[in-house]
Amino acid sequence: MRITLWINDRQQELEVTCDEFLAETLRNNGYLSVRQGCSTTSCGLCTVWMDDKPVLSCSVLSVMANGKRITTIEGVQDEARAVAGFLVGEGAEQCGFCIPGLVMTVLAMKKDLRQPTAEQIVHYLNGNLCRCSGYMGQLRGIKKYLGVE
Amino acid sequence: MNIVSKSMAKIDGMDLATGKPAYVDDLCPKEALCVKILRSPHAFAKIVTIDIEDASKVAGVACVLTHADVPGIRHTIALESYPESSPYDRLILENLVRCVGDPVAIVAAEDERTAAMALQLIKVEYEALEPVLDFEQAEGNLQIIHPESDIVTNFNIGLDARRNVASSRLEEIGDIERVLNECEVVVEHTYYTQAQAHSMLETHRAFTFLDRGRLVIVTSTQSPFHVQRLVAQSLGLPANRLRVIKPRIGGGFGGKNKALVEVFPALVTLKTGKPAKIIYSRQECFNSTTSRHAMRGRVVLGADRSGDVRAIDLQVLTDTGAYGEDSADVLVVASHNVLPIYGGPKSVRYRGTAVYTNKMPGGAFRGFGAPQSVFALESAMNELAAELKMDPTQLRLKNTIKLGQAHPFLGGSQEGKPAVVNSSTLDQCIERGKALICWDQKYPRREVEGNRVRGVGMAIAMHGTGIARVDTAAATIQLNYDGGYKLLVGASDLGTGADTILAQMAAEVLATSLENIIVYSADTDLTPYDSGAYASSTTYVTGNAVVKAARLLREEIVRGCAAIHGKSVDDLELDGQFLRTVDGAWEIPLPELAKQLVSATGKQQPAATATFGGDGSPPPYVAGFAEVEVDLETGKLDLLNFVDVIDCGTVINPNLARIQAEGGIAQGIGQTLFEDMRFDDRGEMLTDSFMKYKIPCRKDVGQILVEFLPSLEPTGPFGAKSIGEVVVHTTAPAIADALFNATGVRIRRLPITPEKVFKGLQQKWG
Repeated sequence: MRITLWINDRQQELEVTCDEFLAETLRNNGYLSVRQGCSTTSCGLCTVWMDDKPVLSCSVLSVMANGKRITTIEGVQDEARAVAGFLVGEGAEQCGFCIPGLVMTVLAMKKDLRQPTAEQIVHYLNGNLCRCSGYMGQLRGIKKYLGVE
Repeated sequence: MNIVSKSMAKIDGMDLATGKPAYVDDLCPKEALCVKILRSPHAFAKIVTIDIEDASKVAGVACVLTHADVPGIRHTIALESYPESSPYDRLILENLVRCVGDPVAIVAAEDERTAAMALQLIKVEYEALEPVLDFEQAEGNLQIIHPESDIVTNFNIGLDARRNVASSRLEEIGDIERVLNECEVVVEHTYYTQAQAHSMLETHRAFTFLDRGRLVIVTSTQSPFHVQRLVAQSLGLPANRLRVIKPRIGGGFGGKNKALVEVFPALVTLKTGKPAKIIYSRQECFNSTTSRHAMRGRVVLGADRSGDVRAIDLQVLTDTGAYGEDSADVLVVASHNVLPIYGGPKSVRYRGTAVYTNKMPGGAFRGFGAPQSVFALESAMNELAAELKMDPTQLRLKNTIKLGQAHPFLGGSQEGKPAVVNSSTLDQCIERGKALICWDQKYPRREVEGNRVRGVGMAIAMHGTGIARVDTAAATIQLNYDGGYKLLVGASDLGTGADTILAQMAAEVLATSLENIIVYSADTDLTPYDSGAYASSTTYVTGNAVVKAARLLREEIVRGCAAIHGKSVDDLELDGQFLRTVDGAWEIPLPELAKQLVSATGKQQPAATATFGGDGSPPPYVAGFAEVEVDLETGKLDLLNFVDVIDCGTVINPNLARIQAEGGIAQGIGQTLFEDMRFDDRGEMLTDSFMKYKIPCRKDVGQILVEFLPSLEPTGPFGAKSIGEVVVHTTAPAIADALFNATGVRIRRLPITPEKVFKGLQQKWG
């Protein structure tokens, strides 16, 4: 079936199957930052924004996204570079596979929370798994990015 | 030093962190066939018939392959240097399946849905056999898991397949029974560590295509050259018909040191001539790959009343599952990278056995047998300290191996020539860790409000640095026409920053900037040989090759300059951007010289290749300290603080080393507190998703504090040793002892779940 998505502010008419999830649709159409790590909505890798709210694109049926605005990290490169710079500054991006999903969640958090505490940051990002870094370096970087103690 | 020991950002960090395409699936041609595997639902069964007719007829299916269609060459998929210690006990597909998840048939189709549909149409008739699931019942069991007569071993690894023994070894210094008899205090306990899933976030994957008749494999691997050799061997092809390319890797941790997936798309490409790709689902990544070997470790320690340890007797039994991947080497590491941390004992005995069972195979996982052994040894040391009523840090300081001391189990030891510790700050690491965790104020326990208590515990550990006299790496550095350099290595950067730290070393020797060095890794057609990213080797083994190559290149550039400009070699110096005469009277910018050298003037592009292989495996050391808070009503344990003080020699890149340590500790926390691969009574894995198998999330890690106390390793590049594996070792014994110190409950079987703590509290206090 045919759906219309506004992906990164560009209108796209896409052919999808009825059982196709948004993560798959995005990857199939060249948004390669969108990755899947689990298929059980556990890891946060596939995080994108739907109408500016972070969603796990592996659990959103593509047909349900019909008519919505979808934002991937490809569409917010300037903002993403600002966050990424602090993660890379700590060496905390490591293999990098989970980072686009994390960055999209951090950018959403910045809009949602004003001057969050470390505890609030950890809580907000708890659904974004990372197996490499042990999380501490990411927290150091994100605190620097947000300018909080 | 200008570049080494600086926290340089990873050279590919920004690309990776902003989502640029760089991984296997990002690079795969869109038209690639999708490959899926039909897997055994039985833990042990003979395949009577396979009917692929209906599956083959599905529109869009390109091929269906069974054991009748693929080469039947016994091989191993363990990515080890030749001659591999792992037994050749696998076929690509076989008419005997030995675990749930064993491959039965390969399907390739135009898309994933078609491939999945075709899988369901394959009809397999099995004759189910009684599986062997309990590894403590495997040895000598009447059910023989590898009855075939054609298993090959390259040398004696103590394999006895008729008794389900994949490997065994015995090592003894002195007369253990006699020394133990003479000891004033003897403690003896048995410890269990569970199978652990690597859980790298990029699952296993590869794609293949033909290029001028050669098979190209693009794969997420830790060891591209071993993939080339072993996949070629299993296909019956010469290795040079294969080209293996490693792009960026989404985590490995040892799990990608197996040629698990490459052969499947390779067979499809060879059969159809078309590109093919395989991407494991998370479920397959859990139940059809490898895990950390589950292990039972029995320790007997003998000491005198003053705390001098006189005897260590360690006996381990590991569950290698359906195949013997890494079973022999894991038994070596569980001894050699663990026991030589104590220098005093008159007698040390180690007995190790790896048994086959009908479960998913064990394999390489960060630490490679050592974390399991360390949990047993260090827990026993803590129990000895309790028995002696001695502070465990004092017991350690009394017994650690000292600088200049030899131990016959240390990597690189030869018959009658034990290797020597040439660099160590272990004792200072213990002292510093004590200070950082405030040991003297907190040991052993403090009550906090309500029903909660806090306790501290500690452990120490060592590891190796590469495999002595086995693993090697080469590096090639070229001066480009523009005065920049090209560094080619076959090493695999798994996200750790290997490419960056190797470039730092080259830049330091060549007195240039990091930006002036282009790094490329790894491609078996283009980059020189490297045994791979395992055994804590890249910084040391590949690093030494890079330093050697960079020094040779410096000389080469100077020689080239001298020849063109009529100068004496001894009179010229390279200071990075210029070549100058020693008196400073004459100079030429490097970019200009480079153009002359590559052009008709010089006709000699400067390049150097150097190879390194270590004669030793210098141990890094770590002292780990845990502070936990335990709810006495529920048994819930919270890790408040974990402190690691580390001697990895010179720290080449402090940020990246620190993240290695923090990440390793987090994996250790997972193994200690909740990660547990469980199977049902038919051998099916119960924990095959992140819903059922929990890895640490941000809230689970508490506060991790890492500090370095570098020694200077004389054989290391700039004095460096390894960091990657040693950092997972101390979490389990330190946390277990912190729990004991807080509550009096001793847990000897990981993971330390609230249920176990609660039961322990009930038994202890009623």
